[in-house]
Amino acid sequence: MATYTSYPPKGYRVRMSTYWWLGRWPYLKFILREISSVFVAWFVIETLLQINALIDGPEAWLEMQDFFTNPIVIALNVISLFFVVFHAITWFNLAPKAMAVRVGGKRVPGILIAGPQYVAWVIVSAAVAWLLLHG
Amino acid sequence: MLDISSTDVLLIGGGGAGLRAAIAVAETNPNLTVAVVSKVYPMRSHTVSAEGGAAGVIRPDDSFDEHAYDTISGGDWLPDQDAVEMFVKEAPLELMRLEHWGCPWNREPDGHVAVRPFGGMKKERTWFAADKTGFHMLHTLFQTSLKYNAVQRYDEYYATKLLIEDGQVQGCVAIEISSGKIQAIAARAVILCTGGAGRVFPFTTNAAIKTGDGMALAYRAGAPLKDMEFVQYHPTGLPFTGILITEAARAEGGYLINKDGYRYLQDYSLGKPQPEPVLRTMELGPRDRLSQAFVKEYEKGRTIDGPYGAVVHLDLRHLGEKKINAKIPFVRELCLKYENLDPVKELIPVRPVIHYVMGGIHTDINGATPFKGLYAAGEAACVSINGANRLGSNSLTECLVFGAKAGRDAAEFASVQKMPGRHLLAQAADEETRLDDQFLNKTGGRERIATIREEMQKTMEQSAGIYRSGESLERGANKLRELQERFLDVGLDDHSRTFNTELVAALELGSMLDVAEAMIQCALHRTESRGAHQRTDFPARDDQNFLAHSVVARQEDGVPQVSYLPVTITRWPPAERVYGK
Amino acid sequence: MAEQIALEVTRFSPERDKTPSIQSFDVPLRKEWVVLDALNYVKDKVDGSLSFRWSCRMGVCGSCGMMVNGEPKLTCATFLTDYAPGPVRVEPLKNFPVRRDLIVEITDFLEKLSKVKPWLIRDKEKAPSEGEYLQSPEQLETFRQYSMCINCLLCYAACPVYGLDPLFAGPAALALAQRYNMDSRDEGKSERLDILSQHDGIWGCTFVGDCTQVCPKHVDPAGAIQQYKLTATQEWVKSLLMPWGGK
Repeated sequence: MATYTSYPPKGYRVRMSTYWWLGRWPYLKFILREISSVFVAWFVIETLLQINALIDGPEAWLEMQDFFTNPIVIALNVISLFFVVFHAITWFNLAPKAMAVRVGGKRVPGILIAGPQYVAWVIVSAAVAWLLLHG
Repeated sequence: MLDISSTDVLLIGGGGAGLRAAIAVAETNPNLTVAVVSKVYPMRSHTVSAEGGAAGVIRPDDSFDEHAYDTISGGDWLPDQDAVEMFVKEAPLELMRLEHWGCPWNREPDGHVAVRPFGGMKKERTWFAADKTGFHMLHTLFQTSLKYNAVQRYDEYYATKLLIEDGQVQGCVAIEISSGKIQAIAARAVILCTGGAGRVFPFTTNAAIKTGDGMALAYRAGAPLKDMEFVQYHPTGLPFTGILITEAARAEGGYLINKDGYRYLQDYSLGKPQPEPVLRTMELGPRDRLSQAFVKEYEKGRTIDGPYGAVVHLDLRHLGEKKINAKIPFVRELCLKYENLDPVKELIPVRPVIHYVMGGIHTDINGATPFKGLYAAGEAACVSINGANRLGSNSLTECLVFGAKAGRDAAEFASVQKMPGRHLLAQAADEETRLDDQFLNKTGGRERIATIREEMQKTMEQSAGIYRSGESLERGANKLRELQERFLDVGLDDHSRTFNTELVAALELGSMLDVAEAMIQCALHRTESRGAHQRTDFPARDDQNFLAHSVVARQEDGVPQVSYLPVTITRWPPAERVYGK
Repeated sequence: MAEQIALEVTRFSPERDKTPSIQSFDVPLRKEWVVLDALNYVKDKVDGSLSFRWSCRMGVCGSCGMMVNGEPKLTCATFLTDYAPGPVRVEPLKNFPVRRDLIVEITDFLEKLSKVKPWLIRDKEKAPSEGEYLQSPEQLETFRQYSMCINCLLCYAACPVYGLDPLFAGPAALALAQRYNMDSRDEGKSERLDILSQHDGIWGCTFVGDCTQVCPKHVDPAGAIQQYKLTATQEWVKSLLMPWGGK
């Protein structure tokens, strides 16, 4: 026989697991994307350290170069490179979603917003590389 | 558990008509409180599925008289002409009001609202919002209703009984579906906007929730229902889901073929088959003629036996993928997404499906029923503006016009009524006992809800379908009586109180059985053929005896009695219904 | 094709159960049957106490959202054959409290919807007899996509932010706010700005983007939210540079 409770329970809450992000690939991709910013920060710090070493003089610069031959640092930088590229690609691909650009009443296709960013990336990277290697 | 609350105007039903009425009350008199009781959240109401459009005169080459004439002649001269005249004048204002509330009507390049042609309307006057007019209308109304603090919603409450005292309707008793709590809502006026009853039939475009609950509430309280024998079929619906395959598929060149691959419509005075579609012939003939042709093919044994009953095929394959994707992409999308079928490569099984119930709770031109304190609007009501056959795109406008009218009238009525007292709680207590005894606490019931429901639907299709006869209707009436007996022996699997959807299903079945009884009784007594009511034993229209509405009311002893109310004729004397599109 | 498929459904009756459990039924496997048809088969023929919401059966009412094998889906648009040989697991929509079997409590969404003022706000209103507010087809196109939301709440089930922080306004409510913001007839941008630019408004969103992926009507709530972040930021900068500025 059915009976009432005086305050009908408002529902059973399923607790979200701490590892919710492992359950589905879209979530994992999201967390990786967010974590990639840590590696971007690492590259920034490395660049700042290098600039600092340049200012400090030739000895500091040589120490820095030694530092970069350390296998752990190399491994870390390879992983960081992967994440930085992943970061850039996901950023460029998301940009068209965040910007609704309309020309003549029609929405500009995503590739025309993401595309120029890739092109600019390649050009700037090529320019910087040329400066560093030849200049 | 029992509770009582009160409100000034109570809406039962939260769809197009219900929400429009609620807003109308709040705007007419901001001091009044409005309660909206709905068995589903309002944005789930069936108004949401309407696709075609809503009619309202706005073109300079169009006129109110023409809209009125199309409606009256399309309804086979059964619509009340004073109501139609008022309706066509209010229509563009209501649609415009909806535009002001944000409804995204399609536009002409110059920014004005666009209209398009629609079956049965001789001029272009159908306003539309893409091919989802009902959806946009309902969401606009719902979101606009959120503005008014006076509107209190009772979401997922199922109204089981009208509260009546001293011959006046004083509110309703409802179950809070989520908890099983019985809620008495006392009100100074009640408006029923619960929609139609397509689920009484087995093949219908209507959603699961269209079970005629409001019609049954009124009928059981002794209020009369009107023109219940007039139910509208759409000739091409998918047999299992009932999803509508729009006329556009035939307008682009689809063929209707029987089991021999033969375009059978040529046998029924609908013209000669041409490779390209020709207006008003063959597949583009009037809807009821197409539905009737189906029945005749079935009787000749030339339909295809599908797993869900007899069907014919709609052949779109010869149009080619490119044309289908360009002109009728939504047809392909519907078939792929909801039936797992590709019209580019496969034949679409179709059959006539119930789409709309012209009949309903008898109201006057202001939405008031003869029962003091009780109003009705929308598909649940019958004013009547649709008469014996509804024209496409009139029903969405009807929800707005009569929702607003009933709302305003009920608001004025309510403001001079006394608020009913708490003693109505006793009626609610009786209702709680009834529900417990009949369903929740009963054990040993031998009938399953689904069994009785399916038998009822089969009976209705066989005895009160596209063609009826005195004999089929008598058989139907007898079977219904048997089913009503068996319904008393229904047993539930679910005896809990939290979200007991089986209890709701049982109550809905009770409503449907009552509505079915009203439909069959009205059909039995109308010994003529008019519009959607076709009698094989009385094939001609009989204006002498039947230029009148059938009115059915349940007497004190439970026996339905049918009487007749003359149609109001103002300026258009009855003529032959010319089968225009 | 096999004749049957196993359907595993969540059962939970708070009067009887402390926690939800899974029950398995064998249902017919037909080419045109969707998960909802299987649920109805169980309810009609096997166990009438199975409770779930449904109505239109054609993806426009938004009632039948549930988790099917871990993904938020409209059960009226999900074919059983896609999961053959099975089993098919149907659970209530994630991130909402479960009331009964496959039914969840959605009042939270309705409250949030009301908060974002999803109605046309105008300084001066016209009477219906004065005609429509003019709007070109291009202007209609800018917000049409966001108006297609059927309130099915699959996006809330997909949003991890909503799952972790139930105070977050959520994809649909924000997309609907944006629908009105972008409607050329609306003049309520500034009224909505305050509500939307709160911590639990648009700034709660971290652009996971799963809401857009699962939306059956291609509303793109993620896009709507990110675009509004841009607008809100512009408004904030403007208010800094021109504190005297009007609306």
